[in-house]
Amino acid sequence: MMAEKLLLPASASWTAPRHVFGNAQRLFRTHAFRLAALYFLVFAASVLGVLLFLYWTSADFVERQTEATLDAEITGLAEQYAQRGLSGLVQIIAARSAGDRGDGMLYLVTDPDGEPLAGNLAGWPAGVPVRSGRLSFTTAARVKDRIETHPAQGASFIIPGNYRLLVGRDISDATAFRNRVKTTLLWAGLVALGVGLLGGTAMSRNLLRRVEQVNRTSERVMAGNLSDRVPLDGTSDEFDQLAANLNRMLDQIERLMTAMREVTDDVAHDLKTPLSRLRVRLELALLGPTDGSGQTDAIRSAIDEADRLLATFNALLSIAELESGTRREESEPLDLSEVARSAAELYEPVAEEKGFVFSLATQPGVRVRGSRHLLSQALANLLDNALKYAGGGEIQIRVLRGNGRAILEVADRGLGIPEADRETVFDRFVRLEPSRSTAGNGLGLSLVRAVMRRHRGTVELFDNRPGLRVRLELPELPA
Amino acid sequence: MKLLVVEDDRETALYLAKGLSESGYTVDRAVDGREGLFLATCGSYDAIVLDRMLPGMDGLAMLGALRAAGTSTPALILSALGSVDDRVKGLRAGGDDYLVKPFAFSELLARLEALLRRGAVTAATTKLRVADLELDLLTRTVRRRDKPIEVLPREFRLLEYLMRNAGHVVTRTMLLEHVWDYHFDPQTNVIDVHVSRLRQKIDKSFDSPLLHTVRGAGYCLRAPEPSAPR
Repeated sequence: MMAEKLLLPASASWTAPRHVFGNAQRLFRTHAFRLAALYFLVFAASVLGVLLFLYWTSADFVERQTEATLDAEITGLAEQYAQRGLSGLVQIIAARSAGDRGDGMLYLVTDPDGEPLAGNLAGWPAGVPVRSGRLSFTTAARVKDRIETHPAQGASFIIPGNYRLLVGRDISDATAFRNRVKTTLLWAGLVALGVGLLGGTAMSRNLLRRVEQVNRTSERVMAGNLSDRVPLDGTSDEFDQLAANLNRMLDQIERLMTAMREVTDDVAHDLKTPLSRLRVRLELALLGPTDGSGQTDAIRSAIDEADRLLATFNALLSIAELESGTRREESEPLDLSEVARSAAELYEPVAEEKGFVFSLATQPGVRVRGSRHLLSQALANLLDNALKYAGGGEIQIRVLRGNGRAILEVADRGLGIPEADRETVFDRFVRLEPSRSTAGNGLGLSLVRAVMRRHRGTVELFDNRPGLRVRLELPELPA
Repeated sequence: MKLLVVEDDRETALYLAKGLSESGYTVDRAVDGREGLFLATCGSYDAIVLDRMLPGMDGLAMLGALRAAGTSTPALILSALGSVDDRVKGLRAGGDDYLVKPFAFSELLARLEALLRRGAVTAATTKLRVADLELDLLTRTVRRRDKPIEVLPREFRLLEYLMRNAGHVVTRTMLLEHVWDYHFDPQTNVIDVHVSRLRQKIDKSFDSPLLHTVRGAGYCLRAPEPSAPR
């Protein structure tokens, strides 16, 4: 107990740095961080390359200029020497050294002992070997009131008779220029790297933010908030496309979940009643006299009830499967007139029996892509409805085309459906007849609508003046 | 006649075995695909009733293995999956008929009997005959007691199916499937009217009816029994 209490604060203080460390580790592992780091490295390398190139070309240019000036000077002096001998050379150098020409040229001619004969240097620079060749040295120069030591470059020659000639140039300006270039480029580099670092960070933060948006939304959806969606930037870039696709997927999932919930509700509402009726019927049969005939009747009616329940259940399942898209049906090119003719042929005798006049009018060659089975079932449901509710008169089936759509119509001369109810009749278990005396489960039109949706088509109800006209429209297959 | 029922649900298997035994068949039971395959390959059965979803080896796999081994015993598949696609898959796997659960026992029995007959009558026939009713498949004509009877093309197919299954019950669903190629049940009694029209044509002016309604099951076309007063 004691030890535990003592240990607690220590372990608590230990977790803080570990947490920070963990965060950093997680940051390193993110794709965004790696991308930003790579971006920064490439950026830095290219900036460094450009700057180095600039530095070398500008420094080299100044150096070559110095060399060229020196070479020209030496060539000139050599010509003078060749024409006029040593005295001429001394004369020329004395003339060129007179006054400050501001070009930074340095001259010196000495006798074999090193005594200056002419030139603007006070004496042979210290530490410079006496021989022909290129050399670097320092020189004292007067800048305004001060004497400064300047770097210089030049060449020395031993002239016959052991006279010495030194031609040089003060390169302090060049060095200063090079230094300035160096400083400028260094600053430019630093600024560029800073900008690169900022850019990389901003980019990775932006990436992380958008990934984070997707993450947060999916977490909320998983937590049960199905209507949440990933926000769009409106830039229609890859992230927007990803978000839009995710949103569409969520829409689909939400639709399926809603459909499933609806089915569950429907089952609860409309299957419970007949199930309890069935149970009561069987219970009463058990209580009644056991002589046989009564029980047989009860069992028979119970079987009928069970069959009706099963039919309802199957219809409900079919609708749910169609609406959720889990049901696979082979779809093939179909002649819509053929589908209509086949169904009409099946229904005609029963229609005549019930006092209807049946008519079929088809435009030839109206073709659609779909499932013959499902379309036939949809049409059969419409015909069932007409036979059940219209009472008599004409039932007309028409197949035609309009606006590039294939149209299948079933029209009757019954009471029709009031305008206000034309939407609700498609809902599951909706039956307009208040007494519900006619056999049926209220799923016929729901199934028709599900079939039409599956075929990317529509179902609409119109007034047939008098009667009901149901119009199925679906995309026509080009001939 | 010996039947094999492959069904993992005990309750359903018992009920099937009981019903089929009462209908005069000898029934063996298997509870999974492996046992079913073993029994089906060894025993000589006249037909197999097979659940599609079985533990271990599923019904379609079992049927595939059976067909690959060269056993052509007719098989009726029972399944909870009822879309046309599922049905096609089942028939492609080697099934001879497909019945969606839940089903009426009378439906199963009628289909099973049709399957058993299909194995027996394989010879190509051009004429079907039940009592004095005669159907010529080549000239597509119907005669009874040598009197020609006019029938519509669909009525001809309806009669042909009934005659091919003469003496046995055919259900409304079987008629819808085989004569109209529809795999759903209309809410209206469409089949009854078609059958009664056909009955008008073949039975009305004759004293002995051939086409009978079997209550709660379907229809049966059969020759009148010599002793029966009707």
